[in-house]
Amino acid sequence: MPSASSSSSDYDPASLPDLLPLYYRRLFPFSQYYRWLSYGGVQKNYFQNREFSFTLKDDIYVRYQSFTSQNELEKEIQKTNPYKIDIGAVYSHRPNQHNTVKSGTFQALEKELVFDIDMTDYDDVRSCCSAADICSKCWTLMTIAIQILDRALRDDFGFQYLLWVYSGRRGFHCWVCDEAARTLSVSARSAVAEYLSLVKGGEETVKKVVLTEPVHPFIQESLKVVEGYFSTYALQQQDILGRKESVEQVLALVPEDVRKELQQEFKNERNPENRWQLIVEQASRKQATAKKGQHFEKEIMLQYCYPRLDVNVSKGVNHLLKSPFSVHPKTGRISVPMDLTELDTFDPFNVPTISLICNELDRVKVGEKEDENAEVKEIEGEAAEKRKIRDYKRTSLAKYIKYFDAFLDGVSQSWKGELLRKSDLQKEF
Amino acid sequence: MEFSSRRRKFATTPQMELYGLPLQFYGQPPLENISLAEFETFAVERLKLLKTVENLGVSYVKLSEQYIKKLDFEFKNLNFPYRVDADDRKPQCGPSEYEKRRKDHISHFILRLAYCQTEDLRRWFIQQEVDLLRYRFNDLHPKLKLEFLHKNNLEYDAISIEEKQVLQDKLIDSSYGVSGITVEDQDFYKVPFQDALDLVRTRKVYLKAGYVYIPHQDVVTIVLNDFRTRLSKALALTARSLPAVHSDERLQPLLTHLSHSYLGQDYSIQKNVGKISLEQIDSLSGKSFPLCMRQLHQSLRENHHLRHGGRMQYGLFLKGIGLSLEQALQFWRSEFTRGKVDADKFDKAYAYNIRHMFGKEGKRTDYTPYSCMKVILSNPPSQGDHHGCPFRHSDSELLKQKLQFYKVSPSGISQIMDLVKGMHYQLACQKYFELTHNVEDANFSLNHPNQYFVESQKILGGGKDAKREMVDTPQRSQGNSAFKNSPAPREKAAAPANTNASQDSAEMSEDLDSYFEEV
Ligand code: SF4
Ligand SMILES: [Zn+2]
Repeated sequence: MPSASSSSSDYDPASLPDLLPLYYRRLFPFSQYYRWLSYGGVQKNYFQNREFSFTLKDDIYVRYQSFTSQNELEKEIQKTNPYKIDIGAVYSHRPNQHNTVKSGTFQALEKELVFDIDMTDYDDVRSCCSAADICSKCWTLMTIAIQILDRALRDDFGFQYLLWVYSGRRGFHCWVCDEAARTLSVSARSAVAEYLSLVKGGEETVKKVVLTEPVHPFIQESLKVVEGYFSTYALQQQDILGRKESVEQVLALVPEDVRKELQQEFKNERNPENRWQLIVEQASRKQATAKKGQHFEKEIMLQYCYPRLDVNVSKGVNHLLKSPFSVHPKTGRISVPMDLTELDTFDPFNVPTISLICNELDRVKVGEKEDENAEVKEIEGEAAEKRKIRDYKRTSLAKYIKYFDAFLDGVSQSWKGELLRKSDLQKEF
Repeated sequence: MEFSSRRRKFATTPQMELYGLPLQFYGQPPLENISLAEFETFAVERLKLLKTVENLGVSYVKLSEQYIKKLDFEFKNLNFPYRVDADDRKPQCGPSEYEKRRKDHISHFILRLAYCQTEDLRRWFIQQEVDLLRYRFNDLHPKLKLEFLHKNNLEYDAISIEEKQVLQDKLIDSSYGVSGITVEDQDFYKVPFQDALDLVRTRKVYLKAGYVYIPHQDVVTIVLNDFRTRLSKALALTARSLPAVHSDERLQPLLTHLSHSYLGQDYSIQKNVGKISLEQIDSLSGKSFPLCMRQLHQSLRENHHLRHGGRMQYGLFLKGIGLSLEQALQFWRSEFTRGKVDADKFDKAYAYNIRHMFGKEGKRTDYTPYSCMKVILSNPPSQGDHHGCPFRHSDSELLKQKLQFYKVSPSGISQIMDLVKGMHYQLACQKYFELTHNVEDANFSLNHPNQYFVESQKILGGGKDAKREMVDTPQRSQGNSAFKNSPAPREKAAAPANTNASQDSAEMSEDLDSYFEEV
């Protein structure tokens, strides 16, 4: 992967107000978007009662927007050109009328189960960057996180329709779109999120992962993923057993007696891989003698590599999350869905920026000019739709929209079944 | 809500059927008449019981020996049905088992009325009732357990022996105290994971494709989960009939009082607004803030920022000690703008949050400062956070260092650390209070950071730091004096002796019944 410096930093935040209208008029995939959020129309008003919120120019934030149709949504977005679009819950009433319903009756009913992983939460365990910065080295953490969560959500919880979306800057989101996930209660959501959380504690906690006996199959599975990356990522790239400071940080996680011995042993051993071997040996020695489980080598691996979830985002049904295909105002990158079959080669710095795709659009190809006249005869809406398809296909956005289409085809299997069941029921009566 | 016909039918049959087991799921509201006096006694005593459950849950591991012993004692003491003796025909002194079960039943429903009113109250009530049921179910003879499950239609599918063999290793690695032998010996039930959230949350069960595999020994979790769901639905329904309760002149003050006594003082009413100046905060934080707030104050000063969890915990505390909205805005703005946030950004991104705390935005709820329980149990700190309770959420090494730094003597530190080890966080905090205020016995039982502050100011004589008009905190030691300082519902005192009592109570129980809709 290229480094941050070589990235397509052709984007200038000042140009955003000029680019957004173009993006929303010609590139934003409204029809897929509408298809997604309607979920086949299995439930009445599912799209209509969905909350959207927009961040407009000058950080003006408007909540409780809702729309009766794709057309209405499209018109509004093209009118206001939001810097950021968030998606909220499906409510009991139209969100834009929330003030008119009796207080207490306006309630968030359903939403996708969502996860938010952000690189800033790893600041204590990455030395290459901090805060909002990311590079190809620490992006490995995201790769690990996605693999672990994707496996658990599918195998353990039985969910099938997982949409992974790059956040546009330093992390990603996951939208679990199964019906079973959308209808989860708040306490069920928090139980799922807690099941998936291993790294616990804030600034006042040094040891953030504590394993107990027996080690749960979920943790065993997660460790398998981490083991595949640990040596390259943590030992070589982050060099956690090289620099004095970080060595101390690691040794703070082992029991006191072991720490003393390791400090001695490290005096004669500088190679990080060998140092790690020493830790592993100490651990297995302990495991052989101590009655209680001693898993400090696993705990270290997990503390350095295990996904760090923002549990609060997942818990709330009414929590808002940045929408796929929204633009990140700082980087200009589009929040694109990620195809996990290409996860290992996914490069956040290759994700198209709004300026890139708008440019691509401008490169008019010879021969295309002519059919424009022909189109005038067609019904206007249809023509616009067709033109839009042709528009995005010319840009780097195409492959992401194609993936999104394929994802929706998958989800639609579930609602087809549901629709069939419903119509069967009707026949019976 | 016309139940009268149904009621008459039931009233003629004794409720023996309902009270056949020492515990129940409270599926049916009581249908008999009770006097106002009994109403009140029942309610107060159940509240006492629930308060005990709450306190024990903080101090001890649930269902540990100590926990069980103390709860046993409270059950006996308050005459709730606590254990069916092997020989229950043995002549008993005191109320009969039937009377105890009746009391259990009726008192539960009375508190439902008092605790259905807000989200917070409901949450508290459900939690205590669930813990109570856990303890009682655990205590039940295996035969009665099965009877109980059967009676409440709680029957689950056991997996086949073959499936058990295939999954054996996973099952052993997922459940505590399950070995190869016990896997063979007991049934495993396969249920949707939503039905056993407590086991999922703590990863104490094997989970595959959306189903959990629960060993028979843990079946209580599904039972509790079910109970929680039913109770929560029932409370929501009861809440809908609240307007009727509120218009009842006799019930209303009683119920309000009952619900107010659950947390003791809540520090939301500000009697002392503006009595503290912003300049005093630094020195107050060293002298009179509990460690949790001192820690937040310090990291705010250092980083010129606090994340949301910290802003809520600290912001509401400051409101509780008397900062006005204007002061609060000034305080946070001046600190944040010293860091990466400029004034404009502050006004856009953070001021709302602060006005919100003072009930000036959004739903306009006046937020209540967090109690210790809330700080300790909800929203634990994660990466970048400084909130939480240091006695609960700090590494013991760090906590020790901190205590040393604050000049606590080595013997004091070891006393505190012992309490922490035993998970008595509030007691540890109280010990810290005693040591730093040079008092033998703090003479209060700590349950709120703002209480810590008030008590500290009392000892330090209020000085010039804060005025005397601090909110006075009547100590309701575990709620047992819940009614002592009540605003005396008009008819209450007279009710027991009143000749009209029977007439009154007849009417009342009529009402009581009609407040509960069928779920
Ligand atoms: S016990 Fe209460 S007051 Fe003391 S530090 Fe913890 S939360 Fe704060
Ligand atoms: Zn990096």
